[in-house]
Amino acid sequence: MLEIKNVKRVGSDQLESLFIAEGKIKGWNLSEAATETIDGKGATVAPALIELHAHLREPGQEQKEDLASGLAAAAAGGYGTVVSMPNTSPVVDEPGIVATLIQKAEKLGFARLKPAAALTRGQKGETLADLAALKEAGASMFTDDGRTNENANVLRRGMEYASGLGLLVSVHAEDATLRQDGVMNEGVVSHELGLPGNPAAAEAARVARDVEIALLTGARLHIQHLSTARALEIVRQGKKAGAPVTCEVCPHHLTLTDESLRGFDAMYKVAPPLRTQQDAEALLEGLLDGTVDCLATDHAPHTQAEKEKDLLEAPFGIPSIEVAFPLMYTRFVKTGKISLEKVLDLFTVGCAKVMNWETPSLEAGSVADVVLLDLDQARAVDPKTFKSKAKFSPWAGEELYGWPTLTLVAGKVAFQN
Amino acid sequence: MGNGVKHLLDFQGWTVEAIEGILETADVMKEVLERPVKKVPALQGITVCTAFFENSTRTRTSFELAARRMSADVLTFAAGASSLSKGESLRDTIETLNAYKVDAFIVRHHASGAAHQVARFSGKSTINAGDGRRAHPTQALLDAYTMLKEFGKLEGLKVTIIGDILHSRVARSNAELLSLMGAQVTLCGPATLLPRELARDNVKVTTDIQEAVTGADVVMALRLQQERMNGGFLPSMSEYALTYQVNESLLERAKDHAIVLHPGPMNRDLEISGSLADSARSRIIAQVEYGQAVRMSVLYHLLVGKK
Ligand SMILES: [Zn+2]
Repeated sequence: MLEIKNVKRVGSDQLESLFIAEGKIKGWNLSEAATETIDGKGATVAPALIELHAHLREPGQEQKEDLASGLAAAAAGGYGTVVSMPNTSPVVDEPGIVATLIQKAEKLGFARLKPAAALTRGQKGETLADLAALKEAGASMFTDDGRTNENANVLRRGMEYASGLGLLVSVHAEDATLRQDGVMNEGVVSHELGLPGNPAAAEAARVARDVEIALLTGARLHIQHLSTARALEIVRQGKKAGAPVTCEVCPHHLTLTDESLRGFDAMYKVAPPLRTQQDAEALLEGLLDGTVDCLATDHAPHTQAEKEKDLLEAPFGIPSIEVAFPLMYTRFVKTGKISLEKVLDLFTVGCAKVMNWETPSLEAGSVADVVLLDLDQARAVDPKTFKSKAKFSPWAGEELYGWPTLTLVAGKVAFQN
Repeated sequence: MGNGVKHLLDFQGWTVEAIEGILETADVMKEVLERPVKKVPALQGITVCTAFFENSTRTRTSFELAARRMSADVLTFAAGASSLSKGESLRDTIETLNAYKVDAFIVRHHASGAAHQVARFSGKSTINAGDGRRAHPTQALLDAYTMLKEFGKLEGLKVTIIGDILHSRVARSNAELLSLMGAQVTLCGPATLLPRELARDNVKVTTDIQEAVTGADVVMALRLQQERMNGGFLPSMSEYALTYQVNESLLERAKDHAIVLHPGPMNRDLEISGSLADSARSRIIAQVEYGQAVRMSVLYHLLVGKK
């Protein structure tokens, strides 16, 4: 039996003890003797965070990240479970790859891995992958993220087939013919900087199409990394109309805008792109009114050298899994824009609901995926200390509160600081 | 001299006084170029690297000649002809060149912002010789200088730039510089090639070429790339020429003294009629000539006393 003493529950100042045994929560403030004790030192305790959208780059791009670095980074960010994206090299479209990833991750002892598999072979958007076999091997969802699903009929069939398996399809919703070669949001800033723009309409148009397919099929659809006010409004309307649609928003789309590109630093090049302040505010509104179901990071590590290429050539992506919670907490909870309960919900319960997983909880009987959060002491973001191989961050140097001090996955320590 | 400016990347952060300083010194340099011995020792001991990741013989020649006429050593780097740069990050390439003890970089690159990155990675004085669609500040300076020689002032001039504004670093830099100097700039082209977001106090944006040219002191035609057809920006070259060609009949709407500019190289009888380019209104050759004096002046302002 493990006792975590001197921890606070959300919304309480009382120091209590959480007891864990055999990977499960045993209860609060028990009188039984613990064989092991961890002093929480006044940290706030919550269910470990769930990540529905991380790029761990294995297999094939281990110079950017691998399971060990990515899952250690996740644990350091307070995550107990990670859904990895299948746009690796090779693409995760074979059951054998899914099985291998899960086996490898289990041995590591960091965050738990629930790999997503490709919806279509090679993520080419043409023919469906062997979805049933992929599910059998442990795939948690299907997505062609990294690519956009241009063929609406293939997406329709994929969603129908996946729903028969009880799994959802998630989509990178962007019309590639409208997006063109855009490297940033199309607008005043892109035109001033002379960089090819990606219009907000590319996302809205595609979201509208996909919401219609969800209405048509009744099959579950999850929309990834929503970045625009317009697309969010379409999801809002779609939900009202009964479309079985959920969506996620990323911390970088809430905290950064296209103005960040003015220094021509490719670190801020991300897909979908950083949008305007109005978009960021609309997304926050979406978190508050429940249109947005969960927060996901779209953690996208690259090597420093790749990000030091010119803006046309540098790859898309911001690594953020280690700072996501402190960033959201500092920017939005500490400033009173959103409650701690709500933010935690978006990082945990909201994600589980999207996936139709057991609701994360600290009540007796729940899986002991637990995080301790230090809400009182600020610490500057220092990319050099990242467990991720991507040692750069748009928030480098920013003083943040809410750093995880301990992450338990099924009762075992996955991260401790 | 020394106005405290280290780079010429675009005109963000530049003052009217600093720009006037460069335009004034260009007069001195122009005079140097008229001497029998066209050389001054101002940049002796300074090494300038022309880092051209995109081909442009004209611009590179103009810069290199400008640097040599001021006695600088010139290190030439052209991405196409070198093993450097393929697959290498921009930073690595620049650091390698930097290892040759370069004092300043003159950068040409197909990506907007590359010159800013070079300035950051090298820590050396950096001159943008054209980056993507972003900026081509020495072109704008030589255009401004050409206008100054013609009209004696920039303030209040009505300058109309016609063509592919969307992809044009020349248009962006001219709009930035001329509006800062008090000129009225009108950007004109077909809607597919005209970002309305560039409009501001002294910069108008319109698709109406007749209106755009009316009362103009200066009309500048921009080069139209053949690729714009494939990109679906335009139905055809002939339709473009029919609608947006800068020619004699269009110029009737401009002021009597109006001059015509073109950053080159020209597609004769496409964006500009050949006869107008050769006419008394044309200052296209003067632009090239002044370009060298202006670039010498820029090098002087950024590098003298900086070593
Ligand atoms: Zn994506």
